[in-house]
Amino acid sequence: MTTTDLWYASRGSGLVLLAVLTSTIGLGALARSGWRPGGWPRFVIQDLHRTLALFALAVGVLHIVTAELDPFVRLGWLAVVLPFSSSYRPLWMGAGAIALELLLAVVATSLVRQRLGHAAWRSVHQLVLLAWPLTLAHVVGMGPDVAIPAVAAGVAGCGILGLIALALRVDEPPRPGAARLGVGGGAR
Amino acid sequence: MTVACPPAAVARDRGRLLATERALAAAMRLPEHRRRHGGPPWHELPAAPAAGLIQLADAVDLRGRGGAGFPVARKLEAVTRSRATPMLLVNGVEGEPLSAKDRALLTAAPHLVLDGAMVLAVAIGAAAVVVATQARTLPGLERALAERGGQDPVPIRLAATPQAFVAGEETALVHWLMARDPRPTARPPRPFERGLDNRPTLVQNAETVAQVALLAAHGAAGYRSAGTPGEPGSTLVTLSGAVRWPGVYEIEVGSPVAQVLARAGGPTQPIRAVLAGGYFGAYLPAAALDRLLWSRAGLGQWGANSGAGVIHLLASSRCPARDAAHLATILARESAGQCGPCVHGLAAIAAGLRRLAAGPPGALDRELAQLHLWMDEVRGRGGCRFPDGSVATIASALRVFADDWEAHAVGGCVAGAGAAASLAGGGR
Amino acid sequence: MIRLRLDPIACDGRGLCLELLPERIRPDSWGYPIIHPEPVPAALVAAARRAVAACPQLALRLEGGAPAVAPARSG
Repeated sequence: MTTTDLWYASRGSGLVLLAVLTSTIGLGALARSGWRPGGWPRFVIQDLHRTLALFALAVGVLHIVTAELDPFVRLGWLAVVLPFSSSYRPLWMGAGAIALELLLAVVATSLVRQRLGHAAWRSVHQLVLLAWPLTLAHVVGMGPDVAIPAVAAGVAGCGILGLIALALRVDEPPRPGAARLGVGGGAR
Repeated sequence: MTVACPPAAVARDRGRLLATERALAAAMRLPEHRRRHGGPPWHELPAAPAAGLIQLADAVDLRGRGGAGFPVARKLEAVTRSRATPMLLVNGVEGEPLSAKDRALLTAAPHLVLDGAMVLAVAIGAAAVVVATQARTLPGLERALAERGGQDPVPIRLAATPQAFVAGEETALVHWLMARDPRPTARPPRPFERGLDNRPTLVQNAETVAQVALLAAHGAAGYRSAGTPGEPGSTLVTLSGAVRWPGVYEIEVGSPVAQVLARAGGPTQPIRAVLAGGYFGAYLPAAALDRLLWSRAGLGQWGANSGAGVIHLLASSRCPARDAAHLATILARESAGQCGPCVHGLAAIAAGLRRLAAGPPGALDRELAQLHLWMDEVRGRGGCRFPDGSVATIASALRVFADDWEAHAVGGCVAGAGAAASLAGGGR
Repeated sequence: MIRLRLDPIACDGRGLCLELLPERIRPDSWGYPIIHPEPVPAALVAAARRAVAACPQLALRLEGGAPAVAPARSG
């Protein structure tokens, strides 16, 4: 594998990762809404969401490994986990590093959800609200590819879809009676 | 129906819990209280206080007065089972809209409640006592505590609670005190295992606590001087509706309800039915009033129980169908809103009753079948007993007012006219 | 004997369990699950576990040890 191959692989997988992650949170919002497009069973939408999340993780690993192995940029493994420690575009790398850690936490807690309990699982899952925008920022800030019209369009598309998904997710109605009893939210 | 306005809590008549006819403002002060009931009753407890009190409670089969009627001795056993230091929670919330007895008791005889709290607290070795009641009742309790001058062996704190029906439920009250959320919690552990401050918590109704004070002060024999052999003691009831002198009365358990009504000046109009127990109670036909005895046994014969001690008279001039629909609507509104079957089910049932009461002609059998289906889907499927209690009361309304529902289904109403007939015929 | 239990306060009527275990869970008039009270037969335990794992509110749980076994008939 040449430097160029690795570079293309890391850039390409990064863009694919954005698309997969956006789809994942889109499915998450869809699952939460209870809407069943095309009459698809709800458990199917949930399974798709979970599977895509794991796929995103796999693509993420590919993205990081190819970026690390590329001798041209020489990022160093520390830059992956310690935000803003990279010599190359530290701000945008940092955004990516934080996003990575948040997403790892989300996936890890989801895998042990039943043992963790709903409240703990949910509070970690909310970190997606931070992780996805950071991912978008990382994509936009990191490479020259966004100058390409097709890529820009794709990234913009993901941006819009992702924002819609997060907006839907954030707006959760409280339980009936909660307001009357003076309890904030109580939404689950 | 005066369901929205609780009767003025005027404590009437000489008794053991309530001394004389008193208005809310006149609380019995400590010296007079000691003259009536003797020295601090927790000094009377034997060396192994929990076992002693359990025995005493068993000897008179002391039951809770909050509505569930659970044996106090069993609760004492449950909370002393673990070695953790427990807490005592005196439940004076009185969420039941038609009941005023706890408020009356806490206002008129605060020292009896506080003495009882000390007896229980010393018996179980509690770290502290919390007395929870609505804000308006607190000033009197604060004065009473001041009078006691910190002489109590276990610290007492007062807590204000919201005015909601569910707030008086055991787990809801603990939830409120711990997290400012007055909604019941279904998951284990129950309060007797882990409640306030994560300690085993004994939760008892305010009147029950007062009964414990009487028991400790006068002993089992003294306690048995009132009531029946099977159900000794006295109890507080709140009379409301079409009665001359509504208010809180102390009566001997097993009293004929007709006698109680006579003391309250009798009905102000011909009576169609009585709501016994309150919003979680049961409608009974007027004919029951002649023979009904206010006890577990007596009410049990009519498929009812004493609940929170509410006796609410429905005048014949009122339309019971509309009243029942109104009651169902209030119940639906008071749901904590946590469980789908309760929220949606009670709302659907209330809407169904309102439709029947509004009276456009319809297929009554079909409507009733739908209501019964919904009631079956609601019963037992909530996180607390709120939907069960509500459904039981509504079921009794459907039973006792069968004539009315039939009349409404064909666009009529038999309230007022035919009152004599319905009195003679009674309910079904 | 394995039993399926529902926490009615946690349950939000999301309906995944109704899709995954229709043999033991049916909807009430408002879409909330009515759980069959009898123990879960051995053949359905895997599906029951899946339903429990799928619940978005973690309102379902399985209680008990060995799967239900059909009672032996006498005579």
